This record gives sequence, structure tokens and C-alpha cells, in this order.
Amino acid sequence: MAKNQTVKFKNKPVIIGSYSIVGPKEGQGNFGEYFDYVMKSDSFGEKTYEKAERKMIQHAIIGAIEKAKIKPTDVDLLLAGDLLNQIISSSYAARDFNFSYLGLFGACSTMAESLAVGASLVDGKLFDHVVCSTASHFSTAERQFRFPLELGNQRPPTAQWTVTGAGACVLAPKGHGPRITMATFGRVVDYGINDVNDMGAAMAPAAMDTLLCHFRDSNTTPDDYDLIVTGDLGKLGSEILIDLMEDQGIKLGLNYNDCGQMYYTRKQATLSGGSGCGCSATVLNSFIMKKLRDGSYKKVLFAPTGALLSTTATQQGDTIPGVCHAIVIESGEE
Amino acid sequence: MDEKKRNEAYNKYVNAKIPKTRPWPSLFNSFWIGGLICCLGQGINDLLLLWFPNMAEQTAWTYTLIALIFLASFLTGIGVYDRIGKFAGGGTIVPITGFSNSITSPALEFKHEGIIYGLCVKMFTIAGPVIVIGIVSSILVGLVYLFI
Amino acid sequence: MYYLWVFLIGGLICAIGELLIIKTNITSARILVTFVLVGVLLEAFGIFDPISEFAKAGINVPIVGFGASLAKGAIGAVKARGLVGAFTGGLEATAAGIAAAVGFAFLFGLIFHSKTKK
Repeated sequence: MAKNQTVKFKNKPVIIGSYSIVGPKEGQGNFGEYFDYVMKSDSFGEKTYEKAERKMIQHAIIGAIEKAKIKPTDVDLLLAGDLLNQIISSSYAARDFNFSYLGLFGACSTMAESLAVGASLVDGKLFDHVVCSTASHFSTAERQFRFPLELGNQRPPTAQWTVTGAGACVLAPKGHGPRITMATFGRVVDYGINDVNDMGAAMAPAAMDTLLCHFRDSNTTPDDYDLIVTGDLGKLGSEILIDLMEDQGIKLGLNYNDCGQMYYTRKQATLSGGSGCGCSATVLNSFIMKKLRDGSYKKVLFAPTGALLSTTATQQGDTIPGVCHAIVIESGEE
Repeated sequence: MDEKKRNEAYNKYVNAKIPKTRPWPSLFNSFWIGGLICCLGQGINDLLLLWFPNMAEQTAWTYTLIALIFLASFLTGIGVYDRIGKFAGGGTIVPITGFSNSITSPALEFKHEGIIYGLCVKMFTIAGPVIVIGIVSSILVGLVYLFI
Repeated sequence: MYYLWVFLIGGLICAIGELLIIKTNITSARILVTFVLVGVLLEAFGIFDPISEFAKAGINVPIVGFGASLAKGAIGAVKARGLVGAFTGGLEATAAGIAAAVGFAFLFGLIFHSKTKK
């Protein structure tokens, strides 16, 4: 008997403010006009890209708090994570704020993970204002997971481009804005893929697992949603997910898409699409939130995936485990 | 279905799904750029011998390699080599210039972790195995020649 | 006219490298190691010099030439000085290349910064 992995929120926590900040390349991508802030340069005025990534998170958190029309002193808890070892971007960013902090690691699924945890805490009336945030940076991810920037190598067609960007949003028990009504906490799934240049294929089974659990637990079908969106499966990964779901008897139709696949324009030559924590986080906190606020979308299933690998594990020959967390966001008051 | 079978089937399915790129354009690019880099080396070598008729051939050859290594290192520094590399692939990896690029690029990348622990330590992250395998195999070849 | 040979052989070796990358998805470190080993073996079996006669820079500029120098140095030193040559010969023959690569990397590493890819 399958276990219920889905939480239904009685009080439906509200996203009262959201903010997105991206790099210049992302600003020229398909979502360019929706972002709150586009940086002029990837280094954001800092000496290293790691420091820039940290500053992006801080910028996003402050931006979200301002847009929520609350004061920083009203914030009770920050939930954040990123891709770097020991999640330094989030933890070091939190150093400059005066609220409690929980570091999360869900790789590229971190935005959904933090919202699922945050919504649970707010729904349980344990905290009033919870900020959820995550970021990724192309240049920091490249050096940690791949190669030096100046190395003259080629990327295989399945490779993805790490999004430089950060997203943040503020959760509150009541107020105006889209509401989180459900969250499905994913299991770690590994189908034995070990090609680090093919993250989409490694994570697609996790997305399938969580989506199946979600539809079963919540008694919904894909048709109940205006948009079902995964994070960074990319072009190849999302095609795989559609096939996997069809094998399970569920058809993902035109309302399904993938943030990574949509992120960049064809001309930007990013091969299989965008990836990284910032990929789903910036799309959620710009485009999707806007569409929920103006009512174009009524009900969105946001299910980004994360590849939980490290270079050490990969070099020791381990395969790549994936995880996917899903949250349901609905527009409208009450 | 047990897990192993499931994984094998999935890997097989994914491999079939991966978009196949046509190899000819990239093979052609690496061919002509690689060939051109070799011609550049030959050109430097011939010019040296022309200008310095007394120079030993071996010495001229050594200067040629140093010149190519310098050029690749400089182009890496100003951020040009990786752009050629994206286009040329094997054409810029296989020549000695690729070896130079593989040493200079981590040196640039990790300089923020300090001169000693960043620049110097990480310099060999990519080229280290080349030097190790090269030296070890040369010792072996030397030993073999000692006994035959 | 020998530039044609230089171009053809050099291009061919690079294209073989590219083929390896496409077919096996191996990284540039492994490509370099593979070609150095090929160079060592070619030299050890005495095949390198006949090719080098007409290919000149075409086979010496690719990292294959680096491998061949290592082996040639070791073999020569063993013949001249015996056992110690196996340890000194390889590095002596390639000292200039390694020193240049390290020296320039250090210099430019101090001067320049990594730039984000477009």
C-alpha cells in the first residue's frame, strides 16, 4: 500500500510577496520582461562569483520583504538553500539578517522544498512570516561541478546551462496573493543514470514518482491544473517525463511545461535548456506569480526536481539520485 | 520487475532518446583548426631557422613549442581560447596549446582561493594526470630499453 | 609543399580526438592522457620518427609529440647513462614545455581573471 506523501493545508498560507533577480543572459531570455531586476554584470559588483551569488540571495530576500509590505523585523524564519558545498550562499547570506535560519538542500528542487516546509510551518500557526529563497550562479556551478570557465571544451547536446538568478517569497497566514493549498514531499529516486551531462534523464523518474503520488493522494488529474511545471528537466528530460507518465497511464498535455526548457531563446544556444536552483525559483517568482495574481492561472502544480549528486560520489562511480517536491498554488482570495 | 532490470531498461531507453548530433561539422572544424595550429607551429619553426641560421634544429623546435604554449596561455588569459575551443573541440584540445590551456584555465579560475592553495594547487587539476602518466610511462619505456 | 602534410596529419590527429569526444563523451584530461600514451608507444616502437620525417609539426605539435619526446628522452638517457637515465631522460627532454606551460600559467593567472561564458 502506497503511503500518502501529500499534505493538504487547512489555512492555505498566502504568498504575500515575491521577487526575482537574474543575470544579463537570463534577462535576454524568454522571461526577461517578467523579472524584477536584471543585473548588469554576472559579478554584481563583487570580487568573486560566490560572493555575487550570496548578494543575489540577499537582494532577493530584501526585495520580497519590501514587496510583501512588511518590515524585516516581522520576519520569523528564513528557509534557503543553494547548490554550493555546505550551501554557503544561503548560510552566508543569512549571516547579515536578524531572523532564524534553516538551511535546506534539495539541489534544484530547493524552491519547492522551502515552500513546502514553509507552508507547513505557517499552516500549523507556528510562524507568522516565513521567507523562502534559493539561488544559483552559472560560474560558481561550473567550477564546482564541471570545468574552469576558460577551458576550451565542448558541451554535449544533453548539457544544460545553469541559470544565474535568485528568487525569494514571503509566506504569511493571511493576506492578499496566491495561496499554497497542497504539498507533496518527494522520495529519492534513482534509475541508474550516471552521465553528469544528462541531468534531465537522471531526474525525470523522480518527477514521475512525485507527480504520480500527487495525483493519487489528491484525487486530481493533470486536467485540473492550468499549468503543471517542472524545474530543470530540460528539453530531453521533459520529453522523457511525458513518456514515463504515459507508461503509467497519465497523459501530460499542453498544460505541462518545464522551466528549463522555456528559459532561454533558441538563439542563446543553451542546448537542452536552463538548470539550477535559480531556474525554477526565478520563473515561479516572476512569470508564474504574475499569472496567478492577475488570474490567468487559477491552479498551478509546481514540481521542480533536484539531482542530489556530488562530484565525489560521481567520481566514485555512483549513479545520480533525484528528488522532486510538488506544491499546488491557487490564485484568488479565500 | 526488479530494480536492476528497471535501471537497465531505463538507461537503454534514455540512450535511444538522446538527440544524435551529426558528427561531420564538428569533425571538419577540429580538422582544419587543428591542422592550422600545426602549420602555425611549422611556420614559427621555419622562420626561426631562417632568421637564426646557426640555431640547432632541436633548439628551434623547443622555442616553437614555447611560443605556442605562450600564445595559448595568453589567449586563455584574455578569454579567447575557450571560444575557439567551443567551435573547434578536438582541434584545440589535442595540440600542445590545449595542454597549455588546461593548465592556465584552472590557474585563472582558482586564483581567488589564494596564490598557493588556489592558483598553484589547482593548476594541475586537469593537466596533472597528463604529466603523471607521461612521466610514469617514460620511466617504464626507459627501464624496458635498459634490459633489451 | 610539406605544409600540406603538416596540415593533413595535424588535422587528422585532432579529428581523431574529436571523434573520441563525440563517441565516448570523455573529458579533455582523458583525451590528453590518451594521446600522450599514444606518443610514448609510437616512439617506443620506433614508429614516431618515420612519421615525423614528413609530418613534421603535424605530429609534433599535437600532444602526441610531447609523449614521444618523453619516451625519446628516456631511451636516449638510458643508452648514455644506464639506469638513472630512465628517471632523468623523460623530464629532461620535455622540461622546456612543462616549464613554459607552468610559468606562463602562473604569470597570466596573476594578471587575468576568469570571465563568464556568453
